[in-house]
Amino acid sequence: MARKRGLLTLQFVPYVDIERLASPDRVEKLLKIVKDEKIVLLEGRLKSREEAELIRRTMEDIDDSFKGIEISPVTQGSKEELAFFQRIRAKLIDLLLGDRRGLTIIGPASIVKEIRKDPDKIQLLTEDVKKK
Amino acid sequence: MIGAFKRFLSLFFGDLFKEKGEVKLGLYGPPNGGKTTLANRICKDWVGEEMGRASKIAHETREVQIKEQIVIKRNGKELLFSLVDTPGIATKIDFEDFIKDGLKEAEAKSRAKEATKGVIDAIKWLDDMDAVIVVLDATKDPYTQVNITIIGNLDARKIPVLLVANKMDLKKADLKHVRAAFPQYEVIGISAKTGEGVDELYGKLFELRKKALKRK
Repeated sequence: MARKRGLLTLQFVPYVDIERLASPDRVEKLLKIVKDEKIVLLEGRLKSREEAELIRRTMEDIDDSFKGIEISPVTQGSKEELAFFQRIRAKLIDLLLGDRRGLTIIGPASIVKEIRKDPDKIQLLTEDVKKK
Repeated sequence: MIGAFKRFLSLFFGDLFKEKGEVKLGLYGPPNGGKTTLANRICKDWVGEEMGRASKIAHETREVQIKEQIVIKRNGKELLFSLVDTPGIATKIDFEDFIKDGLKEAEAKSRAKEATKGVIDAIKWLDDMDAVIVVLDATKDPYTQVNITIIGNLDARKIPVLLVANKMDLKKADLKHVRAAFPQYEVIGISAKTGEGVDELYGKLFELRKKALKRK
């Protein structure tokens, strides 16, 4: 796992890149990027079972250097919080885009200390790797 | 002929036997939420002995533990189930955290390795559950990916679920916060340590079993 000190890489993964992949292949692809010490910005979201599979596969790979992952989907506020017309719009978007909606951030646990969710702003707090 | 007779019996009496059926009740949640403390509480109350060891250090339970044939008696009714205490599910496990908790390096690494296997087992066992109690720590932020993934997976598998907000004996516990995080689920506040709210939980287990038997 070679990472240039002080360099933080974010890799955007468009939904089309994983759309045709079977669930295990999706998980492998994302995990490979994270193990390369990059933060994945995935367009869309994983299915619940894929999230569980991602955790399971992560556990298989944990060792002294790879400590696991942080994962956080960023989607619009919950449907309960939205006004009537916004809810209709959200349902339409759900219908049209399905799993393509929103953004999922997956990063190596050793780099990402905290991923804070905010509909308008994504804030990633990262370790100052230079200090290490 | 025998098969047809069995089908005939099942058609007319199936539900009757189902009512007496044993369900596998899983305890799921993040590490240190109090799953084993709750398992011990249930087992002590109804079997007379504890199930496993609880600890302040995370990932104390690293293997799935099962206690079979637990019978809860309430208002003249009996509830028969097997209790499955699972290791806490996490997305990361760092042996250095265990060193901070006072373990020596070799012990910490060994615990971390066992903990990863425990998480894998807990996920594998999801498909075998008839019903699940998700044990959340009421003193902590409920909006975590682990909580969402566990509940999402139970929902995807259509496994009946009951949420408990544990550690209600602590000042920082915030039941409303947990309820707000999962508005579509019933959340009961309990303290597995003191027994607060546990009687209500036992009552809810009868409803959970009904849902589980319907799903079978």
